[in-house]
Amino acid sequence: MDASAKVVFLVDKDGQEIASQGEVGNLDTTSLASLAAGNVAATGGMAALIGEKEFPTLSHEGEKESIHISVVGRLLLVVVFDDRSSLGLVKLRSKQVSQQLAKMIEEITSNGDLDDPDSPFAGITDEDIDSLFT
Amino acid sequence: MTFINYASREINCKIVYYGPGLCGKTTNLQYIFDSTAPQARGKLISLATETDRTLFFDFMPLELGTVRGFKTRFHLYTVPGQVFYDASRKLILKGVDGVVFVADSQEERMDANIESLYNLEENLRSQGYDLLKIPYVLQLNKRDLGNIVTVDDLAAELQRKGEPVIEAVAATGAGVFDTLKAVAKQVLTELRKG
Repeated sequence: MDASAKVVFLVDKDGQEIASQGEVGNLDTTSLASLAAGNVAATGGMAALIGEKEFPTLSHEGEKESIHISVVGRLLLVVVFDDRSSLGLVKLRSKQVSQQLAKMIEEITSNGDLDDPDSPFAGITDEDIDSLFT
Repeated sequence: MTFINYASREINCKIVYYGPGLCGKTTNLQYIFDSTAPQARGKLISLATETDRTLFFDFMPLELGTVRGFKTRFHLYTVPGQVFYDASRKLILKGVDGVVFVADSQEERMDANIESLYNLEENLRSQGYDLLKIPYVLQLNKRDLGNIVTVDDLAAELQRKGEPVIEAVAATGAGVFDTLKAVAKQVLTELRKG
């Protein structure tokens, strides 16, 4: 996505990070994913209270760094950008890529590719679990 | 729902600490944070009021180790306990894999425990979960105080399905890791069932 963004994340609505790209550096991506999901959930709750289905995009502008979040089905596209880009450009590119992402997700879902592959966890033993706590 | 990332070989599970206001949910997380090696955990994020009451949630990622080549990470959340934050509590239960109910053992908090437990059952139902089916642990906190209800009486009133009942003093850490271990084991056992 050519939005001159700093970092882009794909996060699920429950706050789990799926992928990230860009200048991640020391950024605490796990916390960012959790807070982005919390943010969308909270504004979604407000939307419901005033009769809206949801707010599909959220923007937070800071002095130097800003964040733009787009809701794409059950996923969130989170873009972190600075003054090398602009909110207008990020909004435009996010909208374009959101449509592509939605199409990809629909294809994957309809192909049944989301079915679990052979679960590597079926054979977990009590010892495996206990070993995590010793 | 447990989130399995096959690309990065990670299992991410969400555990929520629930219970009435001031029962010690945040204290549980704070103790886990303070006693875990920095490389095994992320930051403890607290969205709290100016008076240090939880406003939205506390969050802390914790890495336990590797199972079958997959890193197991637990995302620990607390809910705000105060009654009027119910809308926030509902949101935090989305995608939950396991719940710890932190009960306040003091006599005068018995009604608050019961009310919060009903609220948990209702809010889980609204998110499509059934308390009787999800990994669940009952922690009886503040066992060091003088005016407490007996374990038998608390269990008789609050235990729902034969879940583990663990006595704790979260402020000193007693029972905190036993509680986490009990719920984490149930979550991983659920994974085995597929």
